Amino acid sequence: MSKMKKILTTPVFNENPIAFQILGICSALAVTSKLETSIVMSLAVTFVTAFSNLSVSLIRKHIPSSIRIIVEMTIIASLVIIADQIIKAFAYDVSKQLSVYVGLIITNCIIMGRAEAFALKNPPWASFLDGIGNGLGYAVILLTVGFFRELIGSGKLLGFQVLPVYTEGGWYVPNGLFVLPPSAFFLIGLIIWALRTWKPEQVQED
Amino acid sequence: MSTDSTRKTVLVALGVCLVCSVLVSSAAVGLKGIQDKNRELDKLKNILSAGNISMENADIRRLFHEKIESDLIDLKSGIIISKDKYTDLLNPETFDIKTMAKNPKYYRTLNAGHDIAQIKQIPKNMVVYWVKEQGNIEKIILPIYGKGLWSTMYGFIALDKDLTTVKGFTFYEHGETPGLGGEVDNPGWKKSWVGKKIFNETGKLKIEVIKDKVDPTDTNSMYQVDGLSGATITTRGVNALVRFWLSENGYGPFIERLKSGEMQ
Repeated sequence: MSKMKKILTTPVFNENPIAFQILGICSALAVTSKLETSIVMSLAVTFVTAFSNLSVSLIRKHIPSSIRIIVEMTIIASLVIIADQIIKAFAYDVSKQLSVYVGLIITNCIIMGRAEAFALKNPPWASFLDGIGNGLGYAVILLTVGFFRELIGSGKLLGFQVLPVYTEGGWYVPNGLFVLPPSAFFLIGLIIWALRTWKPEQVQED
Repeated sequence: MSTDSTRKTVLVALGVCLVCSVLVSSAAVGLKGIQDKNRELDKLKNILSAGNISMENADIRRLFHEKIESDLIDLKSGIIISKDKYTDLLNPETFDIKTMAKNPKYYRTLNAGHDIAQIKQIPKNMVVYWVKEQGNIEKIILPIYGKGLWSTMYGFIALDKDLTTVKGFTFYEHGETPGLGGEVDNPGWKKSWVGKKIFNETGKLKIEVIKDKVDPTDTNSMYQVDGLSGATITTRGVNALVRFWLSENGYGPFIERLKSGEMQ
């Protein structure tokens, strides 16, 4: 059991896909201007990593090595389309804001990376947990970045005004930079710095 | 059978494709009903937002029926079609531009010289929406569409009761590049349309989306809207579709009729 627990929790802080492996940065910059989009994107990625890992692992002994990558991509792409359809049906406004980025989960390196590095060599249940773990690791960063970007950029959280903005008679002057994608770079940089100060073993010697 | 044999490779490829395609198509078909309903509601929201009606915490459908009235018009003559002539398809409730533009019974083909919005076929009828306050018409909302860079952009333009001043502008469906052409959704840009004049004093169509920023000191600035930077083709498309729909090939005859006093 402790081994399973380790598979689930390691990717969250110790080997975080964004902060440690520096994968999946593109979408982390693009969709984190609000907390709501970050949440939906995190759920979508967790869903896709978990089930792509599970499916790849289930058929791992039957996948011919010559078409290995194509088979993985087909599974991932199908799952992404399903996730996209579900979001369009149940969170239409968010799906409009996420626009192409749900579709671009297909090219998110985390998913392909986990299928290749983990699911091909491990049994289904462990692979499923590894997928969930990596999705959670992605989610932790996205939610942190989304939280600060929405709060600092527009004084809101999940669309509710938390800091009264000066245009509506309050005192808070929103920092426009945080609405734009580059601010996510700064935030992710700070998170990596904090994480590596907390866990110095993550520092990569060059 | 070894995993790497040709036969196995083909079988695995076929199997994976089959399973995946079944999953994808059942998700797409199964969820279509809910998605269509969402799209419909989104369209109503866009009509309300083009009419500049506050939607906070309101039931969209109810608000829509409270504030907005719709009519079906014949584009060529500009005449409003009387309610007893409504059919299943020709009905403001069910009217769908895409269905109309595909059905030869309901569209006419534009000749290439007139087709600046690149839509090829134009429905013979269109739905127009009225925003009324205490029985008086305040605004008119007209559906517009045309080609951008990647997609056909569908939207609304709202005119004041003077039939010249823009009161609102929005697209409810498009597939332009996010961040570039997709900036047609930018609230700031949409707001920049409000207050612009469509026609000059003599009734000539003057509104245009220019390539650069509008120079406020220019005498024509009241007819001009900023282009979107990094999105030349989308900008041109917006310009063309607005000018097309407000010209004599679009709502021109209808607007003429309204001006000559058939307003109520």
